[in-house]
Amino acid sequence: MSNALLTPDVAQRVLQAATSHGGEWAEIFVEDRVNVGASLDDGRVEELSSGRSRGAGIRVLVGETVGFAHTADLSEASLLNAVAAAASVATGREGSTRAIDLTPGGAFPTTVSILPSTIGKQRKLDLLFAADDAARAAGSEIAQVSVQYNDSRRRIVVANTDGVFEEDDQVRIGFMVMAVANGDTGLQTGFQVFRRTEGFEVLSEDLLRDLANKAANQAITKLSARPAPSGELPIVLAGGSGGMLFHEACGHGLEADLIVKDTSLYAGRVGTQVASKGITLVDDSTMAGEWGTTRIDDEGAKASSTTLIEDGVLTDYMWDFLRARKTGRKSSSGNGRRQSYAHLPMVRMTNTYLLAGTEHADDIVASTERGIYVKQLGGGQVDTATGDFVFGTSESYLIENGEITVPLRDANLIGNGPEILSRIDAVADDFSMTTGTCGKDGQSVPVGCGQPTLRITSCTVGGTA
Amino acid sequence: MTSELELLASKVLESAQPGESMEVYVTRGSETEVSAYDGAIETLAAATSAGIGVRILQETTEGQRVGFAWAGSLDEDVIAATVVEARDNAAFGSPDPDMVLATPDGLPQVDVNLFDESVRTVTTDEKIAFALELERKVRAADKVRGVRSSSYGDAEVEMALASTAGILTSARRSSAGASVEVIAADGDLVQTGYGYDAGRGFASLNLDKIAADGIDRAVSMLGATKPKSMTTTVVFDPRITAQLLSIISSALSGEAVVKGRSFFAGRIGEMVAHPQVTLVDDPTDPRAYGAAAVDGEGLACRRNVLIANGQLQGFVYDTVSARRAGTVSTGSAVRGGFAGTPQPGCRALLLEGGTLSRDEVLATVGNGVYVAGISGVHSGVSPVSGDFSVGAEGFMIRDGKLAEPFREATIASTLQKMLTDIVAIGNDLEFLPGNAAGLSLAIAEMSLSGS
Repeated sequence: MSNALLTPDVAQRVLQAATSHGGEWAEIFVEDRVNVGASLDDGRVEELSSGRSRGAGIRVLVGETVGFAHTADLSEASLLNAVAAAASVATGREGSTRAIDLTPGGAFPTTVSILPSTIGKQRKLDLLFAADDAARAAGSEIAQVSVQYNDSRRRIVVANTDGVFEEDDQVRIGFMVMAVANGDTGLQTGFQVFRRTEGFEVLSEDLLRDLANKAANQAITKLSARPAPSGELPIVLAGGSGGMLFHEACGHGLEADLIVKDTSLYAGRVGTQVASKGITLVDDSTMAGEWGTTRIDDEGAKASSTTLIEDGVLTDYMWDFLRARKTGRKSSSGNGRRQSYAHLPMVRMTNTYLLAGTEHADDIVASTERGIYVKQLGGGQVDTATGDFVFGTSESYLIENGEITVPLRDANLIGNGPEILSRIDAVADDFSMTTGTCGKDGQSVPVGCGQPTLRITSCTVGGTA
Repeated sequence: MTSELELLASKVLESAQPGESMEVYVTRGSETEVSAYDGAIETLAAATSAGIGVRILQETTEGQRVGFAWAGSLDEDVIAATVVEARDNAAFGSPDPDMVLATPDGLPQVDVNLFDESVRTVTTDEKIAFALELERKVRAADKVRGVRSSSYGDAEVEMALASTAGILTSARRSSAGASVEVIAADGDLVQTGYGYDAGRGFASLNLDKIAADGIDRAVSMLGATKPKSMTTTVVFDPRITAQLLSIISSALSGEAVVKGRSFFAGRIGEMVAHPQVTLVDDPTDPRAYGAAAVDGEGLACRRNVLIANGQLQGFVYDTVSARRAGTVSTGSAVRGGFAGTPQPGCRALLLEGGTLSRDEVLATVGNGVYVAGISGVHSGVSPVSGDFSVGAEGFMIRDGKLAEPFREATIASTLQKMLTDIVAIGNDLEFLPGNAAGLSLAIAEMSLSGS
């Protein structure tokens, strides 16, 4: 890594200071982030913005108490001040002078061909104009188009008193289109995103035009949408559409911080059947280019794949350093993540997905007499203690006599995670990933999610019809 | 007196070049947070932060083009680099005759005191004791199985804003809050409840109230079942009414209106709500959590009447959206810290004229449902189309009184219809974190989906 954010020498002295203040374990997390954002609204460049933040967060551990301080100043003097503040939890404890041997993880191959920072701003804006153009061309009903481009480069260094010294360089790129259609029934919106943990090479004008066209057609289609039904119905989730649902409804309850506090209904259930046979749920931060992919997590642990549910049986949870330490587990599962250097890490998902099955997606629809076909889900949330979740549809259709018929207005689906997992009666052989931003305790991190087309035998739909 | 931050912001303006206007927004703050778990300190965090946001507008023959840059530091070299980046970004902007900076409009600022010195005098030990005691109190309650988190946090932040258009102002505010997440259990039945309180300082927090609220919200929901689907009258808990008003306010943003993203667009003067509905946004009301003396562009905040006796009166505007709509700013620019640019928005919404206590609202309704919690607001509600569908839990209302709890249901309607279907407004005002005050509110004709 060029112009090092933190050298092993400085890291060693700062960590040593933490232990001499009485800390049992300590960690320095340094982050340098550059963001570029451009938005086009009504065919005008609404805003081109650049942002930079850089700083260090320091954790000092005493027993199970975490002291934390952060600073935007990366000088050694400032890091030593932050360590002293974070070590206030160790007040009254005797310091130790044990040697800390940092072993730099060394160089790592980059997966990015074109750093977004090497691309001129005009070229990024040209992509926005192309998408705007494509959305408007979709139909005269399109009244408003808003397009956004974002790229970010996040360089991190993590060092701790166990000798970890790891670096990563995370490049992400995102593109978002919102179209508003105006018709006799009022206004409707269509929304599409494309986001990758990759460089500028993944974007092309054709791809973005296609995305814009999809968003515009989604809004136009919804102009003729009928109110969604109210009550319990079978739901067919199109491949990729519902990944966030399993992230919310099941994934959060499998995060070890909730497990060790006994505030998840999956606590103490490893080895038991928690889902229909044939359901396998995985969290995997190694998937190339996906939105939740990183080389290391924000505690310096290598990216990895964890099977959470295998053929319906609960096999493991997701772990960060603190929770693994507390339960005497050998290591974290690489799920310690943080929004920025100013936040404490906690257990978070990366890319979470249900594995594909063997049926054909068309057959699943054809064998559904009456139900709802969800092509795109919006956001949602879950109560991890009860598993109750709610999820909004942003593109859905009625299924009548085995056929997809009329479009439906947006509505919420509500249900209970564990119940839904045991009500999946058909899983297709297709598979697709989507992206999301996961919020937990006030921190947002990028996540990927995926799932094949599948059917839930019954779920409550919150429509008005 | 000119504050140190105002001096800093003014100094940055000196780097403006001919043909440029510049706006500099700087903030500096500090915060502490303590959380307790199982009778011990779980985390103790202390931090200071600072940042700058710079907007540069360049004159062209077809209007001004704008560029923005921000940085999480107030170091001299970082500030200089931020100005250079904002200038470079401006060169790529689309010229727009409406893109201008706010100019002083002569309206004097109302003095609103947003700073409570107790955030400075309270010791770390007292903060720790608060979080520990809150947890202890909750754990000791009957049917409480656990506490997921018990925390106390406070912050103080100071901002200054200066522009070449003649704006120079500053403000500071303090805040303190505490919350507890309660898990209640009875046999296999599990429910969660969240209690919180927030104010400008440590002294304003009521520990007993937070504990009781969190416990009650969890324990009273034990045994909740899925209700039968029906069309019914819904009474919203004050917290939920505040959320609802906040959603409605995003459709009252002048920006949403000029961009055709609001169901209120083109309806000024029309009846959009029940005749007893009067909705105002008044940041000069010191009781409001979002109270402020100046807006995000440095203009004085003022009382804006949005809906009067059911009739749509107007929208909230910042300078640019107002020009696009052919009007003037309502002093309603808000910005999300130094990394954000100004947008119009409400800060202190209040639904006026409620005369009934909560019990009277319930009695008026007779039979219906009381909604104590909603979920899925971001996905299930659209301020563009007005579609409204959210997850809901709470209690059945029978014979004017709260009866058995329900969960795993949704309530649906449209925002347009809900405004006209308001049948009772409570006088039980609660000033909550966020941009709206809460009160008990009854809305008829909503679809409840259960089994």
